[in-house]
Amino acid sequence: MMSRLSDDRSRAAIAASIEKRRVDTRGLLFRTLLQACLLLTLALLAVLIISVVTNSTDQLGTRLGDFLSGTLRSQSGDDRLGVHQGIYGSLWIAVIVAVLAFPVGIGAAVYLEEYAPRNRFTEFVEVNIRNLAGVPSVVYGLLGLALLVKGNLFGLDRLTGGSSTLSAGITLAILALPIVVITAGEAVRAVPVELREGAYGVGATKWEMIRTQVLPYAAPGILTGTLLSMARAVGEAAPLILVGAISGRLGNDPGLLDLSALTDQFTALPIVITTWTVQSGRDVGFTAAAASAIVVLLVFVLLMNSAAIGLRNRFEKKRG
Amino acid sequence: MSDGTETAIERSTMERLVTGDDDAGPAEATPSPATDRDMVFRSRDVNVYYGSFRAVRDVSFDVYKNEIMALIGPSGCGKTSVLRCYNRMNDLIRDARVTGTITYRGVDLYDERVDAVEVRRRIGMVFQKPNPFPKSIYDNVAYGPRVAGQKKGLDDIVENSLRKAALWEEVSDRLNDSALGLSGGQQQRLCIARAIAVDPDVLLMDEPCSALDPIATARIEDLMQEIKQDYTIMIVTHNMQQAARVSDTTAFFTSDIHSERDTRTGILVEVDTTQKIFSNPSDERTENYVTGRFG
Repeated sequence: MMSRLSDDRSRAAIAASIEKRRVDTRGLLFRTLLQACLLLTLALLAVLIISVVTNSTDQLGTRLGDFLSGTLRSQSGDDRLGVHQGIYGSLWIAVIVAVLAFPVGIGAAVYLEEYAPRNRFTEFVEVNIRNLAGVPSVVYGLLGLALLVKGNLFGLDRLTGGSSTLSAGITLAILALPIVVITAGEAVRAVPVELREGAYGVGATKWEMIRTQVLPYAAPGILTGTLLSMARAVGEAAPLILVGAISGRLGNDPGLLDLSALTDQFTALPIVITTWTVQSGRDVGFTAAAASAIVVLLVFVLLMNSAAIGLRNRFEKKRG
Repeated sequence: MSDGTETAIERSTMERLVTGDDDAGPAEATPSPATDRDMVFRSRDVNVYYGSFRAVRDVSFDVYKNEIMALIGPSGCGKTSVLRCYNRMNDLIRDARVTGTITYRGVDLYDERVDAVEVRRRIGMVFQKPNPFPKSIYDNVAYGPRVAGQKKGLDDIVENSLRKAALWEEVSDRLNDSALGLSGGQQQRLCIARAIAVDPDVLLMDEPCSALDPIATARIEDLMQEIKQDYTIMIVTHNMQQAARVSDTTAFFTSDIHSERDTRTGILVEVDTTQKIFSNPSDERTENYVTGRFG
């Protein structure tokens, strides 16, 4: 009887202590705050895209084909106004960045992570690569101007043709290089030690281990990082101004696959956008042209990112 | 054994380790009258350092052919560090250093002429956590032979290895599926198949059942009994019952705690037949450990 009573009492006590379901006000507040952050981000992006797209209808809506095949003009009403020269510049800058920065950057990253001895010197090198990734892009422009356009040190201007798509591409490849090294290095470092030991355990050499385990496992991460760095490089305007991108009249308009024009004078989409935005002060029709060029650049970068995501998914599937 | 034969065997094993000659099968020592069993490993005064920290001190013991030797002891007593000396796995750890001598069939494993890659082909390893490669079941097993340069006969090697690892029945119809889709116990048996696909002489197993349930553990233990006629096995285990069940000889390690520096060093307490270690150990510390009074 006595124990029965104490049993009931303890049950009541347990019920009293756990039947306290209430609204978690702070948690709810925190969650709402986080949602607000996301909404703000999306709203800003939406405003940007909507304003750009509405502004662009004057050009893209009425003369899309002509706009894509047209060239830099001094009047916004010109029938032959368009971004063809800008697309040529940006496309080849992207290709040059990929061809130069990717292999060199990935190679440097794999060396640093897998082979380099851990000492003060390599630590110093790594810290400096991180610092380089934070150097303002205009500084890289100065480097490109001195080294590639003026040919100050090695006379490289004879190779690049001075202010050219090639100079711009190499400059932006140098800009992208530290970012590629860092992101690729992180992807390589993320390869589980179990896989490495598993390979060594059945008699793989270091090179076989890296080729069959590290590189396939790190490939998706390396790819995402490097393509994002390429997208960043393609969006840069400041270094291109220093390298001498043309903003006014650009005589040549090479076909998109015309390699011989790589050493000629050039422009690129970010420069076209800047130029037309400045010109919209005296000729209001350039507002629509600038907005249209922005849409073209966005689509260009978006296509690149989609390619990155597509390739990453394929590699990840392969990874199992 | 006459001195002449011993030197000849030493030289041939050395040649295979140094030159990486794959055509030669696992080193086979001729029976010697001096010892009644073939010695595979002989270790004397082995110390393992990580930087200036001494993880293991003065370990000496021998391992014989077709024997399962268990390394037991409390956590942090250096069992794994010792095990990894035998296929030069400690080479891969920055700052790790091994002193003393370990001979494998008469060859000093740490001789500068010895190729660590070739050593690992002969002395395979199964790790604590199942670590299949993110590839197909087939490619996992064929990995070792492939890096050794073999291109033909892989199908047979894969089938034989999977059969030996008691996994063939379960996976024969899905060899091209990802190995990551297997259960933990199957993955560990796959790792054993992968290790034996290169036809090693010795298998080192580092707590191979610690991530597995009792049924999967029992399968691995049965498997060890079945394959010990072909291999020599060293197994690190936390599980004393496992050591008692599977091993022929047992080495008991413990750690020596330095109170001033607050570090500990693994030491070998005793090595004997498993039966003796578990029924009538010579050292009090061993007795305390195996009876559960400590550790």
